[in-house]
Amino acid sequence: MSSFLSYLISGISLGSVYAIIALGYTMVYGIAKMLNFAHGDIIMVGAYMAYVTFTGLGLPPIAAIAVATVGCTVLGVLIEAIAYKPLRGASSLNVLITAIGVSYFLQNSALLVFGADSKTFTSLVNIPSVSIMDGEVIISGVTIASIVTCIIVMVVLTLFINKTKAGQAMLAVSEDTGAATLMGISVNRTIAITFAIGSALAGIAGVLLCSAYPTLSSQTGAMPGIKAFTAAVFGGIGSIPGAMIGGMVMGVVENLSKAYISSQLSDAIVFALLIIILLVKPTGLMGKKIQEKV
Amino acid sequence: MNMKSKKIRSNIITFGLVIVFYAVMEAMLVTGSMSSLMKGLLVPLCYYMILAASLNLVVGISGELSLGHAGFMCIGAFSSAVFARMVGDSIPGGAELFISVLIGAAFAAIFGFLIGIPVLRLRGDYLAIVTLAFGEIIKNVINAVYLGVDSNGIHVSLKDVKSLGLLDDGEVIIKGAQGIGNLPRNATFTIGIVLLLITLFIITNLVNSRQGRAIMSSRDNRIAAESVGLNVSEYKLTAFVISAALAGVAGVLYSHNLANLQATSKNFGYNQSILILVFVVLGGIGNIRGSLIAALVLTILPEKLRFFNDYRMLIYAIVLIVMMIMTSAPKVVAWRKMVAEKYFKKSRDNEAGGKTDAKEV
Repeated sequence: MSSFLSYLISGISLGSVYAIIALGYTMVYGIAKMLNFAHGDIIMVGAYMAYVTFTGLGLPPIAAIAVATVGCTVLGVLIEAIAYKPLRGASSLNVLITAIGVSYFLQNSALLVFGADSKTFTSLVNIPSVSIMDGEVIISGVTIASIVTCIIVMVVLTLFINKTKAGQAMLAVSEDTGAATLMGISVNRTIAITFAIGSALAGIAGVLLCSAYPTLSSQTGAMPGIKAFTAAVFGGIGSIPGAMIGGMVMGVVENLSKAYISSQLSDAIVFALLIIILLVKPTGLMGKKIQEKV
Repeated sequence: MNMKSKKIRSNIITFGLVIVFYAVMEAMLVTGSMSSLMKGLLVPLCYYMILAASLNLVVGISGELSLGHAGFMCIGAFSSAVFARMVGDSIPGGAELFISVLIGAAFAAIFGFLIGIPVLRLRGDYLAIVTLAFGEIIKNVINAVYLGVDSNGIHVSLKDVKSLGLLDDGEVIIKGAQGIGNLPRNATFTIGIVLLLITLFIITNLVNSRQGRAIMSSRDNRIAAESVGLNVSEYKLTAFVISAALAGVAGVLYSHNLANLQATSKNFGYNQSILILVFVVLGGIGNIRGSLIAALVLTILPEKLRFFNDYRMLIYAIVLIVMMIMTSAPKVVAWRKMVAEKYFKKSRDNEAGGKTDAKEV
């Protein structure tokens, strides 16, 4: 029982990270209607930024997190402006291939700058671990940090979208781009803001991910990126609560199947679950019910 | 010129180009003016071209975005490799390869059928993610499979070699993540080109047939196609299964070009599927000849860029982005049209228009 509980908790922690990444996918998809395949690699760049600031320059963890977040925000906006903006209005497949080009670009830049051998990421989270059930289950600091960060991100994001003008503009653009333009909303600016927020979240996710799983290489972001994307689709792409639920379910299922079924087949099980859900509900768990699209 | 002879001429050009390509490569081989690097690329070029042409059948002709093409290649590769190991030296290499191609194509087609039935109910990006998921599942499961043969027959396990329970005369063929070793390596450039020509023959025949027109009309307007009585799902499934079978053939070529076959994320992961999709999109969606040329150029390009050493993949990425922007950014297209009109008057109009007409998937 206690081992099940600890697997469950670490699953929720992994799921929180997936959820934060999935938010970036979901928001960008909801607004720009594009699959941003480079999103996973922004996580990797964020983790490298934190690594350089913390391990390389010896600055405090909070500075490393700030550098990763701000750095990723700038990177996300730059990528959007240089690679995606010229293609607005082109077929979605062309944009997809461009995103793949950006993904290759980021991976190979990281490979050039940091070399092929993976780095050991020192955890930036120095919260003490908590033991519950008479010390049978120990929850690490990173786990707590991931879950808390995820909840904060969800709350702040929901407030931002519902209470601010920029957030409302995002809703409007995702609902109907043409009508939003007629209402005087700058679509370009709204998309840029979306990329900024999504990339900032990717930076945070990179720090959390590498604090929990400390190997850092140019491929670090690829698989979590795909899984988070799966989580976003699973929950209903375009829906914020969907991304959260999708991420959690993915993380928990992955961890439990690693623990109880087979570590090699855990990815297959996660993907099979996605397929089953999509066959039953072709737009994902929250795809239709929730009108609130971002 | 009427439509039919135009199509025939276009097909002749495609086949002609492949044959010319073969002749040039063979001439270079005979005269010894080919680098060993390039020699190693000859068979890969063939399977990449087969993959690109077959994926174009799904993405371009049938209009569905599939990101799991490498999964079918994986099935073709492993099923044929298992066959090759099982028969060993008991039949001549040529016959083995011939049967392998049939087996690889059949297995990939069966999986294409099984996956296609549920998957083709989904649309657009959802279909893309599910095909991606299927590709990953195939790769993952194959990495966990142990398969052995003894006098009692075939044994399969998902755990380890021991749990196969082989007799003393048994032999382990698939060793989980270690894959299959001791393969015959009997694929040659000529065989690759023959398979490519057969692939092209199948695809061009399908596209120009009644069935092909039905597939394309389902792509262009599903509702209209349904309302004239076409079974859209069936036609889409046909295209999907044929495409999967051809990817299986490419997999056979792949596995028969190696001594050790393993399923890694590099050769059968979603990255590979995406690479094939890049060929299709860059070559022109729905344009089979374009896919072949894109596959050729983009396979040779990274090798030619070796001059730049570490920077080559970076340059490859930049080339990809710049090419995409140059060919499909609305502003660039408009600018190109303007320049074309200014200097060439009317003559370039059609061409520029044709390129931007990429179908929304």
